[in-house]
Amino acid sequence: MNYFIESISQMLGRAPAKPLQDELKVEVREIYEEKRKHKLTKEELLALEEAHARTRHRHKWRNRRWATLIIVNLLFVVSYYFDVQLVEGALTASRVVGFHMADLNSALQVMLAYKHVVLNLLIGTVTVFLLWVLVGGRTFCSWVCPYHFVAEFAEKLHVKLADKKWIKPVTFHRGVRTVFYVIFALLAVVTGYTVFETISPTGILSRALIYGPGLALAWVAVLLLFEIFVSKRAWCRYVCPIGLTYGLVGSISPVRVKYNVVNCHHEGDCRKVCEVPHVLDTTIRMRARDVNVPIGADCTRCGLCVDICPTDSLNFEFVGSKKLG
Amino acid sequence: MSTDKPKKPPLSPVRREQNRREFIRSGVLVGGTLIAALAGFVPIAGGGTHRLRPPGALKDVQLGERDFLSACIKCGQCVQVCPVEAIHLADLADGYGLGVPYIDARAQACDFSCDGLQCVLACPTGALTHSLNYPSQTRMGFARVARPDTCLAVQGKGFKGQARGADYRGKLRFDEVDRWNPIPVADHPYDLELCDLCVRQCPIEIRIAQCADGKPPSGDQNQCPPRHAIRLQPVGDGKAMLPVIEDGCVGCGVCEMICPVEETVIVIDLDKTADTLSA
Repeated sequence: MNYFIESISQMLGRAPAKPLQDELKVEVREIYEEKRKHKLTKEELLALEEAHARTRHRHKWRNRRWATLIIVNLLFVVSYYFDVQLVEGALTASRVVGFHMADLNSALQVMLAYKHVVLNLLIGTVTVFLLWVLVGGRTFCSWVCPYHFVAEFAEKLHVKLADKKWIKPVTFHRGVRTVFYVIFALLAVVTGYTVFETISPTGILSRALIYGPGLALAWVAVLLLFEIFVSKRAWCRYVCPIGLTYGLVGSISPVRVKYNVVNCHHEGDCRKVCEVPHVLDTTIRMRARDVNVPIGADCTRCGLCVDICPTDSLNFEFVGSKKLG
Repeated sequence: MSTDKPKKPPLSPVRREQNRREFIRSGVLVGGTLIAALAGFVPIAGGGTHRLRPPGALKDVQLGERDFLSACIKCGQCVQVCPVEAIHLADLADGYGLGVPYIDARAQACDFSCDGLQCVLACPTGALTHSLNYPSQTRMGFARVARPDTCLAVQGKGFKGQARGADYRGKLRFDEVDRWNPIPVADHPYDLELCDLCVRQCPIEIRIAQCADGKPPSGDQNQCPPRHAIRLQPVGDGKAMLPVIEDGCVGCGVCEMICPVEETVIVIDLDKTADTLSA
């Protein structure tokens, strides 16, 4: 199936299709066959993972990403605090050295609710659209969104609690995010209020950082507690329309993660660290249709899978150029 | 995809039960989140979000502030450009008004220190309408003498000292002190035979006086307000005077801010403007 359609339908909630044997390319079938013949022992696999855990690059992309996320958010804070007018506003809308920028989802909600579009908002929206087409769409989520950052720590706690069997993790149907997307759009049109903005932890956290904390942080705390004790990464996975908006943008982006089947041992470490593991379905044995498979648009390009893969089977690519990093 | 694909095997009863439960759980998630999202309507319906807004905030006779709340993208660029830091963003208690700018005039009013309506220029969405060019065109509200009995001027009294006490943090721009930088009101004590602070500090009256002197702000004749906003009118005999609001009032709130009486004699009515007076 076409990458574009498959990638978007997966993002909207469809389960990844399991390819039939004859849908796999001959080369891939040969590779799988070869792997079946020469299986690594448990000890060999363990040694491989331990060796990888010791490498200097074990957290390369995570560190780059966290640095970027912190710097971007601090730029807003520092710029206001010292009144240097470098980055004015908040993540919902801003002016970067005078140029208008508007968060695509916030701008969409405003347009739907207010039903007028001011030129400045249009300029800001188009600028940000082009920017995120270029750098990967949901890259916004993992490289910029402050809620993503705190949710990563909530996720660590959740995984710990689940490992100790102190909590029973709950999952939902991924398609529910699409339902939310439609509902929030309709609510904006019908009520004339930007309903989603009121509960968006991205906007709340961004404003709290810049203009000082408020009661709204209690809502963010509720979301984090839900993610720690009930459902892993629930907001980003099942609710947030910002992610879906940027995901759609990212479906035409040249920056994406690419999977290469040759050295993969199909251990599934990448799927364990992934916020949206369905995009890595192709890394399961007999699921890759081709030797190289681009990862779908729902991928936030966070690079955790690239970092954790002991065999270098997952890498960033810029379509039309060589591998990144 | 080919059409002669073999049919999927039927789901096992266990799997079907799992799917059913997942569907119900997901429905509960949608319901719960929507209740939280729709709760934002409660403060709006209760009128608790009725606040003094920055210059140019969209206002409609029928819709009230709805367009303002929806057009605002909640970024706070207006907050950042205000030289007297009059603008704040509303918190969760405002529901759909979360992140929307407001002014607490008693604490810090808009005195148009920036002359050019910087907040309006900064607004990326037109929630602060760009059709506004000069302070005198602003329609934030309309001043009202709410407690004339306690007014110092009505009692024929003067005022000496810091208008709002030594601890007051609010700022105003005093042209005679510094044309460009607002200073704390506490640093600018008064000694008045008859208290006329509400008239004396009214940004509209100050501009009218400057224009009468042939010195309009920024040398721009358009900055000259066409009508007076407030004046003192004699009451009875003696020196007692009563502040009277005129139809040039824009509702900026400086009179409410500077009034030295606790609680303030003069307040801003939010559902009234110079344009709706006759209605």
